[in-house]
Amino acid sequence: MPIRITLSVLAIALLVAPSLVPTARAQDTGMPAGHAMPMTGKTAAPDLSRERGSDAGLFVARISSGVEPIEINRLHRWTLHVDGADGEPVLGAVITIDGGMPMHDHGLPTAPRVTEERGGGDYLVEGMKFQMPGHWTVTFTIVADGGEDRVTFDLML
Amino acid sequence: MTRHLTRFPRSRIATGLLIVLLCTGAPVPGAVSVDDAAVGTTPPPPIERSIERWSPGERDLLRSLSIEALGPPPISPANPVADDPAAVRLGHRLFFDPSLSVNGEVACASCHRPGYNFRDALPRGRAIGETRRRTMTVVGSAWSPWLYWDGRKDSLWAQALEPLEDLVEHGGTRTAYLRTVAADPDLRSAYEALFGALPELSDEQRFPLVAGPAGHPDARRGWQAMTAGDRIATSTAFANLGRALEAYQRRLVPAAAPFDRYVRAVLDGDAAAAAAAMSPQAQDGLALFIGRAQCTHCHNGALFTNNEFHNTGLFGSDVLPADRGRADGVKALLEDPFNCLAVLGERADGACDELRFVKGAGIELVAAFRTPTLRNVAASGPFMHSGQFATLAEVIDHYDRAPVTLISDELEPLGLTADERTSLEAFLHTLSGPLATPHHLLVPPASVAPDAGNRIHGDRVDVHEAVLRTLPEP
Repeated sequence: MPIRITLSVLAIALLVAPSLVPTARAQDTGMPAGHAMPMTGKTAAPDLSRERGSDAGLFVARISSGVEPIEINRLHRWTLHVDGADGEPVLGAVITIDGGMPMHDHGLPTAPRVTEERGGGDYLVEGMKFQMPGHWTVTFTIVADGGEDRVTFDLML
Repeated sequence: MTRHLTRFPRSRIATGLLIVLLCTGAPVPGAVSVDDAAVGTTPPPPIERSIERWSPGERDLLRSLSIEALGPPPISPANPVADDPAAVRLGHRLFFDPSLSVNGEVACASCHRPGYNFRDALPRGRAIGETRRRTMTVVGSAWSPWLYWDGRKDSLWAQALEPLEDLVEHGGTRTAYLRTVAADPDLRSAYEALFGALPELSDEQRFPLVAGPAGHPDARRGWQAMTAGDRIATSTAFANLGRALEAYQRRLVPAAAPFDRYVRAVLDGDAAAAAAAMSPQAQDGLALFIGRAQCTHCHNGALFTNNEFHNTGLFGSDVLPADRGRADGVKALLEDPFNCLAVLGERADGACDELRFVKGAGIELVAAFRTPTLRNVAASGPFMHSGQFATLAEVIDHYDRAPVTLISDELEPLGLTADERTSLEAFLHTLSGPLATPHHLLVPPASVAPDAGNRIHGDRVDVHEAVLRTLPEP
């Protein structure tokens, strides 16, 4: 039962180091209170790099936004570039997009999708939008000849 | 969405944490500030109240909330007259004209009352009957991709049409409205100058007196008896009435409020002007608003809304919500014959992209409602989508407690002290200001009776007086 396991781990951590109890105060943490209690298992600041390897190492993906810096409440487009583990561009992939805010109970406000393969491993992603400042994740599930794998990007808006 | 964003029920986390904390003697996080003060433990540090209190990041955030950051409204892709002054004049007349109703007593302004920031003071809108939800203000609505609490319309002109046919609002039908316009020389000439000739309505066999696709069975029967071509001509002309109404409503825009003068003063380094604009208490409320209270997660941008949909825990944790909000609204939106794609089709210029990429499903849409603007929020209660709270203090208390719901909850308890809640409320009052709208557009046009649209409420509040009391001419 993942919840019980997580609570047990949390309990042990708190018993060992009660001083690490999150205070949920922005002035103490320098972050909004919602960011004080990690729920994703990531305790360090998220890796905000725009090039990431996929979970099982099948692909290396790179994102670039048509709007920089990315603004909240603005519909915009991304280009996703996908290489295989051999460094060669991945062609003809079927890609789906998911995401949300780990600290809130919601996903993306829109349903973005790849609308065009532009060659050379580039895919046009339309319908990107974020409606809140804070920590977002965007996950691409990539299905290609090399297999299926997922790559997740972290954004701090 | 994939549940890699695994969410643990907060109540269970809270229970687990409480047990752990009781065992370790660690302080319960962020929940006992009042008691701390009462028992004389560590006093809170003095609050920095000079304009230097804001970090560079906070200054950027303040700038983004200022009315100065509000650009022109986005184009309305399926309304070529959205910014046409002649359409504004026609829309102004239509907005205040109760002849656009089945009983001659309901105008848009009946519920969207100028003296109440273009809404009313009722938990649910009341015209011929009572609506399901609170009347939303139309001020600033030109900036929203979605209209209504559930976003079931994607343009202001399409939104304006639905109340006209709703049996509990204006209660009329398409052919009846077109005849009203055709019979009034001023309305007819204004309409035809903008949109061309009205359909030839004299033949009551072709154009029944009562006919429309929704509402009363007689109206639907009349509608079915019409030819497809006549139905299209009628719907097109009916949509044009909405386009004129949109042109008028796009002119209803907030102007600078004390908060905006405060931000300008902070950015200019003018401490005296800052102090004149906002009380120390309101400044503390602002710090909470953009900080620990996390209000800007949803109430962001110059209109203090992200125009998206959120479940804010207004239902109990043990009941399914009776009002499914966005979950139903998005279905209605996708089926709406007046939505952007239905009218314009797929276009390369991205005109309908909000609709093309709309989120059509997801648990977080259930009982989610559109974030309302907070500009002039203090003008009148009650608050929330069906007037659940009578006062702003109750609203703040709700967000402070952040009750758990059965479906989905985005909120975390804030642990605010009584002083902090009062400060937040003081801040919200600094968002009250006049409109950047010419005064003549805030009152009925000369062609409409001064009390038009206010008869049904019984109190006969004079529109002129209400405007002059709360919305002085800029």
